[in-house]
Amino acid sequence: MTLTETPLDAGTQADLESHFEATIARNDRIEPRDWMPDGYRRTLVRQIAQHAHSEIIGMQPEGNWISRAPSLRRKAILLAKVQDEAGHGLYLYSAAETLGVSRLELTEMLISGRQKYSSIFNYPTLSYADVGSIGWLVDGAAICNQVPLCRTSFGPYGRAMIRVCKEESFHQRQGYELLTTMMRGTDEQRAMVQESVDRFWWPALMMFGPPDADSPNTAQSMAWGIKRNTNDELRQKFVDMSVPQAEALGVTLPDPDLAWNDERAHYDFGQPDWDEFMQGVKGNGPCNAQRLAHRRRAHEDGAWVRAAATAFATKEATA
Amino acid sequence: MSNLSAEGGHGAVPLAGVPTGVDVPAPEPEWPLYEVFVRGKRGLNHVHVGSLHAADDRMALLHARDVYTRRNEGVSIWVVRADAITASSPDEKDPMFAPSGDKVYRHPTFYDIPDNVPHI
Ligand SMILES: [Fe+2]
Ligand SMILES: [Fe+2]
Repeated sequence: MTLTETPLDAGTQADLESHFEATIARNDRIEPRDWMPDGYRRTLVRQIAQHAHSEIIGMQPEGNWISRAPSLRRKAILLAKVQDEAGHGLYLYSAAETLGVSRLELTEMLISGRQKYSSIFNYPTLSYADVGSIGWLVDGAAICNQVPLCRTSFGPYGRAMIRVCKEESFHQRQGYELLTTMMRGTDEQRAMVQESVDRFWWPALMMFGPPDADSPNTAQSMAWGIKRNTNDELRQKFVDMSVPQAEALGVTLPDPDLAWNDERAHYDFGQPDWDEFMQGVKGNGPCNAQRLAHRRRAHEDGAWVRAAATAFATKEATA
Repeated sequence: MSNLSAEGGHGAVPLAGVPTGVDVPAPEPEWPLYEVFVRGKRGLNHVHVGSLHAADDRMALLHARDVYTRRNEGVSIWVVRADAITASSPDEKDPMFAPSGDKVYRHPTFYDIPDNVPHI
């Protein structure tokens, strides 16, 4: 689609701004060709592009186990799950592109480390139980984050989230079912589940981002309707949902401060290690270098395929 | 927590200090963008579901199947090169849609019909 840009005078600019504010205030959606403040556009590009990168990099920890799945059933499930994550990345890249950024530039910014992805994917997957823990806890945390984003103020982002959320429920359930199956197995298998949950619980809590007091962007994002709940609200929701699930599963969550608080009608819980989180964001997590190197290699190894497809298309068009 | 704060869908990502790449040209020529329309089932219109890049029409169809119909979401797909679409501005204040704004007589509720008249 081609956009025709006409220079704006000051009066028109004020009109556009008030029209934008009114649309947000009405809880209506902003669409790609609407005028929007530059800060809104850039915040969305950062959030959507890095959300897309997270989905794409997120294929690696689980993809690690596809060739070693314990049964054909588990292998088919894991393949479908990982393919869904690729799909999520693609929905989100198309949403980001509607804001005037090119797909290839986004890929460049990911593999050069200028844009980030969620630190949760920098943790290694050490056993098949991790496939279950990731589905249950990591996709579970993603669901808590993504459900409110279905009502985000930017139309294409919200629509992508609706598609994503429909698929996430399968991700979480297959993970939980995998863990329940292992819990019905041997002592070794039960120990493997507990060990895996111990490693993923705190990183899952970090997925909601730093505490509200340390999240200076949240207020603006909420005023723009990009974000609908604060980090701490979503984290609380996730903890409240997870505790009974852990009990039903028969695992212990590795937090000595975890306890029901009658007054608040919520669980109290401890804080994750935010220094560890910041190290991950800065690129010093356990698998950062490996994840980026793998993504870069896949992109570079695919260069001849892209060139060949382009050459074929040109030849067909001129034939 | 330094100048990094984090927001995000599939796990927190920093928003401060991250380049956006807006107005930066693509590093190599990009495959054209296609808009994808899916007919969910017989009897329904094709509906826009998203977009994708492909080298040609055939590849666009195959990619559309893989990206947008992994769970029987459709019985038919259209792909259209985005640069072939002519669009109005979606802005509701657009003069394009003004002619329909003041024509209330085009709606059935404009007409008063006595209560005792059935089936109308
Ligand atoms: Fe996902
Ligand atoms: Fe997922």
